[in-house]
Parts: sequence; C-alpha cells; structure tokens
Amino acid sequence: MSEPLVLGIETSCDETGVGIVRGHTLLVDEVASSVEEHARFGGVVPEVASRAHLEAMVPTIDRACERAGIALHDVDAVAVTAGPGLAGALLVGVASAKALALGLGKPLYGVNHLAAHVAVDQLQHGPLPEPCIAMLVSGGHSSLLRVTDITTGVDPMGATIDDAAGEAFDKVARLLGLPFPGGPYIDKESSSGSSVAIDFPRGLTSRRDLERHRFDFSFSGLKTAVARWVEARERSGEPVPVADVAASFQEAVCDVLVRKALDAASSEGIEDILIGGGVAANTRLRAMAVERATDLGIRVRVPRPGLCTDNGAMVAALGAEMVARGRTPSALDLPADSSQPITTVLV
Amino acid sequence: MLLAFDTSSPQVAVAVTDGDEVRAERNSAQTMKHGELLAPLIADVVADAGLIMQDLTAIAVGVGPGPFTGLRVGLVTARTLAHVLEVPVYGVCSLDILAAEAMSSGVVGEEFLVATDARRKEVYWGAWSAGRRVEGPEVERPADLAARLAPGTPVVGEGAELYSDLLGTRVGPARPSAGWLGRIAAAEVVELLDPEPLYLRRPDAVAAHAPKRVS
Ligand SMILES: [Zn+2]
Repeated sequence: MSEPLVLGIETSCDETGVGIVRGHTLLVDEVASSVEEHARFGGVVPEVASRAHLEAMVPTIDRACERAGIALHDVDAVAVTAGPGLAGALLVGVASAKALALGLGKPLYGVNHLAAHVAVDQLQHGPLPEPCIAMLVSGGHSSLLRVTDITTGVDPMGATIDDAAGEAFDKVARLLGLPFPGGPYIDKESSSGSSVAIDFPRGLTSRRDLERHRFDFSFSGLKTAVARWVEARERSGEPVPVADVAASFQEAVCDVLVRKALDAASSEGIEDILIGGGVAANTRLRAMAVERATDLGIRVRVPRPGLCTDNGAMVAALGAEMVARGRTPSALDLPADSSQPITTVLV
Repeated sequence: MLLAFDTSSPQVAVAVTDGDEVRAERNSAQTMKHGELLAPLIADVVADAGLIMQDLTAIAVGVGPGPFTGLRVGLVTARTLAHVLEVPVYGVCSLDILAAEAMSSGVVGEEFLVATDARRKEVYWGAWSAGRRVEGPEVERPADLAARLAPGTPVVGEGAELYSDLLGTRVGPARPSAGWLGRIAAAEVVELLDPEPLYLRRPDAVAAHAPKRVS
C-alpha cells in the first residue's frame, strides 16, 4: 500500500491553512491570512477571524488540491486542529473537516495544535526521533514536552509562567523602535551587535528557582530589565546601542531556552531535541542549540522557518502519523476545544 | 434528493426531501451544540432515508439571521459538502422557513410578522403581506418593533415567546424546520440565495486581547 494521502486543516488563529501530505512528503501548504483585517484593530479580533475563515475555507481547500495535483476523492484521511486556539475560529475548521470526511466517506482525525508543531518536522527530516524533547517557542507559547509517541504520548515538562518567548521579542523590538513582529528584526540587528555587551538576567535559572521551576520559563523580568536599561541610557542623554541591546537580549533568551532544553534531555536520558514554533526561526537559537548539544552528544532538529509558523501541513503531518500508526479516528461529534491540553493529542 | 439543514436557532434541524415528501427529519435534542451535532445528524438523516451521501443532488441551508457561531457551522458545512459532492447549494433566509410553515398551516392571515431571538435583548424580524416578505430581515429591540406593530398582528417564531408582553402570543412554529426548508427550496417557492450568512451586525471592532497566538 502506498503511503496515506492526508489533508490537514488549521484554523486556530487568523490563518486558514490547508496542507496535503503523502506520508512524510509535503505536497502543498496553502494559507489564506486575515492578518491585514486585524492590523487596524491592533490585534486579532476573534469574530473577524471567524468570518474570514468561513469565506476562505472552501477556496483554500480547492487551491490546495489543485496545486497538489490531486482530486479530493484521492484523499485517504482528513485531519483538523481541534484545539487549542480561538473557539469560534477552530469551529469553522472542524465543521469543514467533518463535512469533508462525511462527503468523502473517509476517517477524520481531530488533533492537538501543539503536537502538530512537533510532527511537522518529519516532512523535512523524516521519521521523528522518539523519545525526544520538544521545545515549542512562539508568540503564544513556550513549552518543553517529552514526546514518547507523537500520536499518544506527549507530556508537558515545563512552560512559561508569564510571557511567551515570542512576546518578549515583540515587546523588546517595540522598545528599540523596531517593527512588528519583532523576532526577525531583533535577529537581524543582533548580527552586528555584541551579545556580551550587557548582562541581562536569565529568568528562573537561580538555584532556588530551579528547585520549583527547573523546566519552566519566565521572560517578563528580562523584558523589564531591557526596558530599564534603555530608559537609563535615554535619561543620561547617550544614544541607545540598538544592535548591542538586541544581541544581548537575544543571547539571554536563547541561553535560557537552550540550557533548559538540554537539561530536560539530560535528566530524561534522551538524545534528541526538536525545536518548533515561530521563534525556532531565530538564527542564534538554532546555532546555539546545535553547538551546545553537540558537545553533549545530543542531536537537534529544527524545521525550516516556513514550517515553524502555523500551517495546514503540520496538521496533515500529524494526521498521516495517526493513519500510519493505526490510531482510532475521531467521532463525527468531535468538539472544538479552545483550551485542549497537550496531553490530548487526538480527540 | 435534497439535504436541508438550519443552524440559525439554538437547535440543529436536518432533513432529506425528495421534492414532494420529507423522507427523514431530525432535530437535535441538545441546544447550542451545532459544531458537535450537525455532522452526525446529517449522517443519521441520510441513513434514515435509506440513502448514501452520494445520492444527494442538492443542499439547502438556512442562512439566518441567527447567532453567528451556529450559523457559520451550518454554512461552512453546506459549502464544503456541496464542494465534495459536486452538487449545488442554496441559501434560504431562516425567517422564510418559519413563514412558509405558518402560512401553509393556516395559522396566519395576509399580514404577519416573524421574530426570532437575536440575543442582546433584540429580535431578528421580517414582515409578511400577501404571502411575501415585505420588510426585513432586520435586527431591533422588541419594544421598538412593537411600537410600530398594528394591534393584533400575529407573530410567528421564538421571538414572540421571549417577548410575549410586547409582541403577543406566538402563533405557528417557534424554530425553523428542516423539513419545511427542504420543501420550499425543492419547490422553489422561496427566494434562493447564495450560501452567505445574514449577520446583520458588524463584528465587535475591538481586539479581545493583544496579538497572541496559541503557538
Ligand atoms: Zn501555533
């Protein structure tokens, strides 16, 4: 039997994503975004996102099939993000996926968005190393997971107790007068700055904090420290060395992330780390993780930036794994769950 | 074989009609569960009618007005199913479904109103005269609507039940029936629309929170 052809739908935020994979091979990854409609409101408006998903859904499915050179009837299974995410937005994707499954007479898999961020890596690097430590870092999430089986066994080890890593990048970028989203601009500025110019704090790394929060993150204190440092500079009338601040801030974030991921791997005796989410596109994070891991004999995998952000392909990738491992499909009364826990990989 | 469903009320209503008769029909027992219940109900009703999905030749969907979340579940389901099955999809104003049933059962005369629950202490409504919708659909506070209403005008739909002090005792059906939707769509005795939701309200133009993604 040839590998399963799986169509994945992702509507957890403001992007309507439809991806199609055959086993571990990515055929197409289509995205329609309503980000411009939200820009004038200064954030994602759930009702605007939901309306946009309804309008974009069928055209995006259609475009994905056309570009993949397949007919809908060729699809072996349908996968969809069941949660977590914006409730009304998730519901549009879930309802559409059910209609597809019903109309095609094919199985439906309602999967966890965060687990899909991990599964997407197999589209680039082949079968997932299991067990592995997965670190998901983005504008809404920073967590460390222990993955023993991506279809059934994903356990949280730690998470941010305040800001997400990506949020810290955005806030510091704003402080430095850099555009939104801040990640790519901080990354770019840093390349001409000194990462040791300023010694910014590393959150939750003191001995006392490690007792209670060994694998948790905190970026709120770091963000405040950068703000204080910049304000002090401005008060004294001296110019703010943007590149140095960016590089030193970035170094502090990456240092904590990599340190904790490696500690998690060592403590579990696991030799593979996988990094996903939008912040995984950061060049310093990738380089530092690989460099320090290699010294410890630990392997690091990071998908290319295009696969790190939200997309339908990651949902299809996880769906394909559900099919390959013979998991029981979801029932047609599958609910969308805006706060679906990571321990529920398949609903 | 026409599949008809409406998600503009708190319930989900699904039916299959063959042009003349309703072959099968079901209403959800639970309310406010459109996302969970619509697809399984469609599967059940198609099976009840002794059919398979591929026997369907058209889809009719209630396009509201109604609460947005349920409405979108109905519309995205209708559009996606129609796309997969390669059949046409027709939208019908959900107030027209209530009016058709009321007129057919003879509980209203020439002039009447249809009013449904719009939440936020408002109703969605339309006015009928001589078998045609002459006003609406619109959304309004029941008191404002009642002030313009000729005394004794019968009011069809759940809106009358919720605001009976203002709109009088409800006559005819409370919620849209999928069987009636199927009948009037198949017979083309109702205006057939694109499957676009009748929101009648703009989205609340305020971001619920700062830009934030799950991941
Ligand atoms: Zn995400």
